[in-house]
Amino acid sequence: MKLKPFWKTGEPYVLATGAALAIILVMSLTLVGVVMFNGLGYFWPKELVKLEMKDGSFALGQIMQEEKNPVNGTRRLQMKVGNRDIYGQDFRWIDEQDIAARTLPADAVLLERSEHGNFFGFLQGVTTEGLMPAAATPYATLQQALKLVAGKLEQTKKIRQQMSELNNTAENLRLKLLKLEYAGKEKNAAEISEITAVREKVMAEFTGLNDTFSAAQAGIREYTAQFSDVTGSAKDIPLVNIVTLQRPNSMSFFAKCGAYLERVRELLLDDPRESNTEGGLFPAIFGTVMMVVLMSVFSLPFGVVAAIYLREYAKDNLMTRMVRIAVNNLAGVPSIVYGVFGLGFFVYGIGGSIDSLFFPERLPTPTFGTGGILWSSLTLALLTVPVVIVATEESLASIPKGIREGSLALGATKFQTLTKNLLPMATPGIMTGLILSMARAAGEVAPLMIVGVVKLAPTLPFDANFPFFHMERKFMHLGFHIYDVGFQSPNVEAAKPMVYVTTLLLLAIVIVASSTAIYLRNRMRGKYTTSTF
Amino acid sequence: MSQNQEQAENSPILSVSDLNLHYGDTHALKNINLDMARHQVTAFIGPSGCGKSTLLRCFNRMNDLVESAKVVGSIRFNGDEINERSTDVISLRRRIGMVFQQSNPFPKSIYENIVYGLRIAGVSDKATLDEAVERSLKSAAIWNEVKDRLNDSALGLSGGQAQRICIARAIAVNPEIILMDEPCSALDPISTLKIEELIEELKSKYTIVIVTHNMQQAARVSDVTAFFYLGELIEAGGTRKIFTNPEKKQTEDYITGRFG
Repeated sequence: MKLKPFWKTGEPYVLATGAALAIILVMSLTLVGVVMFNGLGYFWPKELVKLEMKDGSFALGQIMQEEKNPVNGTRRLQMKVGNRDIYGQDFRWIDEQDIAARTLPADAVLLERSEHGNFFGFLQGVTTEGLMPAAATPYATLQQALKLVAGKLEQTKKIRQQMSELNNTAENLRLKLLKLEYAGKEKNAAEISEITAVREKVMAEFTGLNDTFSAAQAGIREYTAQFSDVTGSAKDIPLVNIVTLQRPNSMSFFAKCGAYLERVRELLLDDPRESNTEGGLFPAIFGTVMMVVLMSVFSLPFGVVAAIYLREYAKDNLMTRMVRIAVNNLAGVPSIVYGVFGLGFFVYGIGGSIDSLFFPERLPTPTFGTGGILWSSLTLALLTVPVVIVATEESLASIPKGIREGSLALGATKFQTLTKNLLPMATPGIMTGLILSMARAAGEVAPLMIVGVVKLAPTLPFDANFPFFHMERKFMHLGFHIYDVGFQSPNVEAAKPMVYVTTLLLLAIVIVASSTAIYLRNRMRGKYTTSTF
Repeated sequence: MSQNQEQAENSPILSVSDLNLHYGDTHALKNINLDMARHQVTAFIGPSGCGKSTLLRCFNRMNDLVESAKVVGSIRFNGDEINERSTDVISLRRRIGMVFQQSNPFPKSIYENIVYGLRIAGVSDKATLDEAVERSLKSAAIWNEVKDRLNDSALGLSGGQAQRICIARAIAVNPEIILMDEPCSALDPISTLKIEELIEELKSKYTIVIVTHNMQQAARVSDVTAFFYLGELIEAGGTRKIFTNPEKKQTEDYITGRFG
């Protein structure tokens, strides 16, 4: 008899709702926690452990994880041994029972290289003839020499910049020539010969610079450092290939913190290296943010206007209801379908027409007729516009009838009522739609793969060359980066931390974007909702 | 006063003849004939669903918003036909203001609420707007309560204050008629009293048509009372007469509380 009232109080249902919420929270927090744990730990300089085996051999590297060997039940270590160019593999499994001794040699060095991954070993000497006199220790010499080499590289970069400008000019001249030729070879003969002459001059200048550049590069490559790995085999490494130099075993806590921050800076501001498994993510961050912003610029006005028509002007008949159902269902279409549509309609259809109308001299190389950031943003705008429409409609519908009637009764037209009262009141709801669509767009990968995202984009879609925004360019995207680095890279094990870091960054971008929008929304909401009674 | 003006003064400001209104299949107003005099308060009374609000909303064409509503018949405002396609609804609504049952201040400052009607009519001169705000808030007897916080949101006001702001908002555009659709039904007795006093004062400048289901209120504020029942106008006449000596049995039954 006591059971019935207990069920009637509704207490168990309240508990059930609380439990459901708790499960969701735990799941999300676990996900974020795992990503953060794996992502944030990646940059901490790990100690280099030297293992002496029972058979007399040695191994040097960073211990990544320990686990029970599933075959014989003993414990085993996964060790990152680096030196891919010598051993062929970055990682090794070592049975714990084979280990005779573990030491942390203070002079063990860790090199991040621009190719072949990390090098773990010992410094033997530095060849710095013509660069600088040797310092007190080889390590100090190497540190100073690296700085000097970096300075020299900076100079060659300037030459390279000039070369790219010349190349740009030459390319533009070539296109101009083609255009003139299409317009009529005889008619423009004088101009053609003039431009040809200019172009040849530019080309000659380019060749000259190229020679200087190659010579400078070769000169810099002369400076090398001699290392040996833990087994004693020697390895010469050109200084230009060394990205960072560390002795993690003799670093203080603060030095490690410094190294950590330096790696974070590199991650946020530098270009990727080593088929994206090392280096920074700047182009991907930039591409993601720019794409999301462009997407919002396209989808917000479009969605709001469509919703206004549906809710305020369209008659409530079968047609309107069908349109509304269609819009709601659009949100459920698999995103890859949007990608295919974007490829067919935007890229080949519109882009192809733009090319044949405005850039015939560049064909068969497509300009707009290939994937690019403009088409990607438009495709995603199409994907997210139903969200904006639904949110706007809902918020327009939730405005009390009294506001409309009050405004109309004062002699306002429908349009005035809309712009002066309804739209400002609907803004918080519209912002909610925008937040949802931004989060969706930032995380979407599948459609982007066919309308403009690439593994490695040589240039950003925004730079100092006129017209600054290059909407036709391909771009990099964090979501695609996760897929590419995690599942398409030749060295998946080494790339694993990068996947976590990229995920973390993508999450961070979504959170930052949403928080900003939520903050703005709440400020607006405060303005429009103080209860009347 | 010339004879013409005198005639205009004495002619009804609103004149309804043979008005029928259908909501789809429902016959909501049946053959209404009624004249409303200038500078008088006319009260519409009757039980819920008798069509009194519907008739009120015909006067400023608010029934246009209801798709299924179909109005047949004539309503003349100063002799001009309202119920025609060619009528300029915007200017009509500027001349016939309306106050609703639920106070509906816009989510803007008090000042912006009052000048709303003027702004949409294209007035942007600051002095004119300021003057209109003061004049209409004073007319609505709320000036002293809000004069120091004109820039605060109107949503922070109490129900009675908000309703008087809505009246001030209607006055600000200088209408000839103010329609009030049960303006006190959501208010407490003290706020109701204030609104009733206000109606008494406004009478000298404006013609007021008020819908109410509160018979005491009708008796207190109105000069003329019209009793509706099931879409029909049963009886209309001087308030004193209706309440003391009604001609029809139904009216008597209603005002004595035998049904309704």
